[in-house]
Amino acid sequence: MAYEKVNELNLKDTELCLGLPGRTEEIKEEQEVSCVKSNNKRQFEETREEEESTPPTKTQIVGWPPVRSSRKNNNSVSYVKVSMDGAPYLRKIDLKTYKNYPELLKALESMFKVTIGQYCEREGYKGSGFVPTYEDKDGDWMLVGDVPWDMFSSSCKRLRIMKGSDAPALDSSL
Amino acid sequence: MGLRLPSKVLEHILSFIDSNEDRNSVSLVCKSWFETERKTRKRVFVGNCYAVSPAAVAKRFPEVRSLTLKGKPHFADYNLVPDGWGGYAWPWIEAMAAKCPSLEEIRLKRMVVTDECLEKIAASFKDFKVLVLTSCEGFSTDGIAAIAATCRNLRVLELRECIVEDLGGDWLSYFPESSTSLVSLDFSCLDSEVKISDLERLVSRCPNLSSLKLNPAVTLDGLVSLLRRAPQLTELGTGSFAAQLKPEAFSKLSEAFSNCKQLQSLSGLWDVLPEYLPALYSVCPGLTSLNLSYATVRMPDLVELLRRCSKLQKLWVMDLIEDKGLEAVASYCKELRELRVFPSAPDLDEANIPLTEQGLVFVSKGCRKLESVLYFCVQFTNAALLTIARKRPNLKCFRLCVIEPFAPDYKTNEPLDKGFKAIAEGCKDLRRLSVSGLLSDKAFKYIGKHAKKVRMLSIAFAGDSDLMLHHLLSGCESLKKLEIRDCPFGDTALLEHAAKLETMRSLWMSSCFVSFGACKLLSQKMPRLNVEVIDEHPPETRPESSPVERIYIYRTVAGPRMDTPEFVWTIHKNPEIGVSHLAIK
Repeated sequence: MAYEKVNELNLKDTELCLGLPGRTEEIKEEQEVSCVKSNNKRQFEETREEEESTPPTKTQIVGWPPVRSSRKNNNSVSYVKVSMDGAPYLRKIDLKTYKNYPELLKALESMFKVTIGQYCEREGYKGSGFVPTYEDKDGDWMLVGDVPWDMFSSSCKRLRIMKGSDAPALDSSL
Repeated sequence: MGLRLPSKVLEHILSFIDSNEDRNSVSLVCKSWFETERKTRKRVFVGNCYAVSPAAVAKRFPEVRSLTLKGKPHFADYNLVPDGWGGYAWPWIEAMAAKCPSLEEIRLKRMVVTDECLEKIAASFKDFKVLVLTSCEGFSTDGIAAIAATCRNLRVLELRECIVEDLGGDWLSYFPESSTSLVSLDFSCLDSEVKISDLERLVSRCPNLSSLKLNPAVTLDGLVSLLRRAPQLTELGTGSFAAQLKPEAFSKLSEAFSNCKQLQSLSGLWDVLPEYLPALYSVCPGLTSLNLSYATVRMPDLVELLRRCSKLQKLWVMDLIEDKGLEAVASYCKELRELRVFPSAPDLDEANIPLTEQGLVFVSKGCRKLESVLYFCVQFTNAALLTIARKRPNLKCFRLCVIEPFAPDYKTNEPLDKGFKAIAEGCKDLRRLSVSGLLSDKAFKYIGKHAKKVRMLSIAFAGDSDLMLHHLLSGCESLKKLEIRDCPFGDTALLEHAAKLETMRSLWMSSCFVSFGACKLLSQKMPRLNVEVIDEHPPETRPESSPVERIYIYRTVAGPRMDTPEFVWTIHKNPEIGVSHLAIK
């Protein structure tokens, strides 16, 4: 690339990188281009070491595409796949049609004809045999209900209703 | 030699001159013209709040009635400018309050406005009429309450896409019963529910109310009741449409809309269910402006609505409209002047909407009056750009965002150089241009050569070398604002064209290869430019050749600003000092 020679700067020394995964082999999969990470928070460029230890995720370019945050939050049509252990096929629901957790859980219960029960902060979903979990933007599997609804609905990528016996026991001392 | 117009005569002549550009020229003729002009100027526009000091403006224009200010750089809209950067309204409000008590109108864009500011406005300007805050932040609903309570002749209160600390809907009840002067009210960006009965009473007692933009918390029932009280509205922003459809609700809504015979502009429509759209059909034939960009409505429903809008001039919509929908727009909306198509799934990995370059081609072919375009699309072709340029040489604003950075023409795999060449060459009146996709330095050679009237240019992930910047700074004669991110140019072109920067309002560069050393040189060479570096650490702690992450350069007669936060470094004019936070050391 022509720009690698500009001002005799060695790209790697300066820790700046342009381009996205797949563009050239040198560029890593997990990378953040540009400094500011999240809405209204001032954060600056991470060092290479920190980037290497994070799990592989899709590259997130800050401020791209150039759409205001108000549009990003409202506009995405958020269909997510829902799987249930033992069910023969998956379903899809639009998270935007629910305003809170009780509505979502009721819908899931009626969709899969199961009882999920009540969420409780220390022990999760007691005594129901089914545990609703979700995969978030970072690729981690989380228990449904821990974070505020808005945070959940914007970061939930897919849902999985685990069978109680398979779900790891929650340690109430945590 | 002694021919001199009495100042009263000159004043009378100047009263016919509105344009600030003309008035600026008038003020340069001689001292007495300068004096007469400044005492009679009613409208002041400051495009960069740091270009001139508030005190200087207040002193020069004591009779100002309307002040418009802009603060943060445009890229702040996309989170590229950290919080606390600046753009404070307070010094301006303070200066105006002290010297210009006749001020009636304040319009601020991308500025930090506190409750203190709003209270000061309410207290200082006896005949205050118009407050428009666009993309502002820093205030709460308490500040709005102060304006509502105190400004007896308030005509316009518009909060456009502001970030407001929402302490509840009480602010609305602060409009006194005696307040009947409202012409325009926009609180669409607020979250909290207002008391609908207060709103109904306010609307009922303001006979001149012609523009009302509600927030999503206003229900459909509320909307119906308001429309019944204000059938004279010309602009309406609805609340949320998410309620379950009930037959009586639908017919009431339909009837309410059909009584609004003067409605020209419609927006809001958050979460509108397709079943509700027919309630709008009666107003469609009169609509000139329709903002569906928050409505997740899909295809056939969209066309059913749009084919009734034969007078439409402005359409904002999401890519859910697809190529098919734009083809319909091209055939039904022959008066269209402005089209904006936003992405419904801004995350790169979710884009699989059937909207392609073909949609924009349809509209360019069918809508002869089209002059302003903002279009988000996953990929594009040179052929489409050539067609658009050929069909629409009257384009004034062309902003294409190819969502996939570095995406070439997907049919030929070439850069989009030829396409943008056609746009620059063909659209001779182009004032604003945003480019994207794979672009080599050649694209910028063409833009520099042909885009002689472009005033604002936005560039991202483009070019190969310093040549790109060289072409732009040497070619684009009318360039006033340039914003560039993630482009591989360095110091050479910037330093070579330092003088050009003083003819521009501002230059933003982020994630490029401009070095700290070059910033210093530039600042020392150009006394009337502020060169500001945004960096967590003092730029001096890095080698001179090391690139700086974000730079904002702007012309100013006010010197370095005094309010920089810890992460903004003003490069000092004195080579010995280097950088500083404070203006004067």
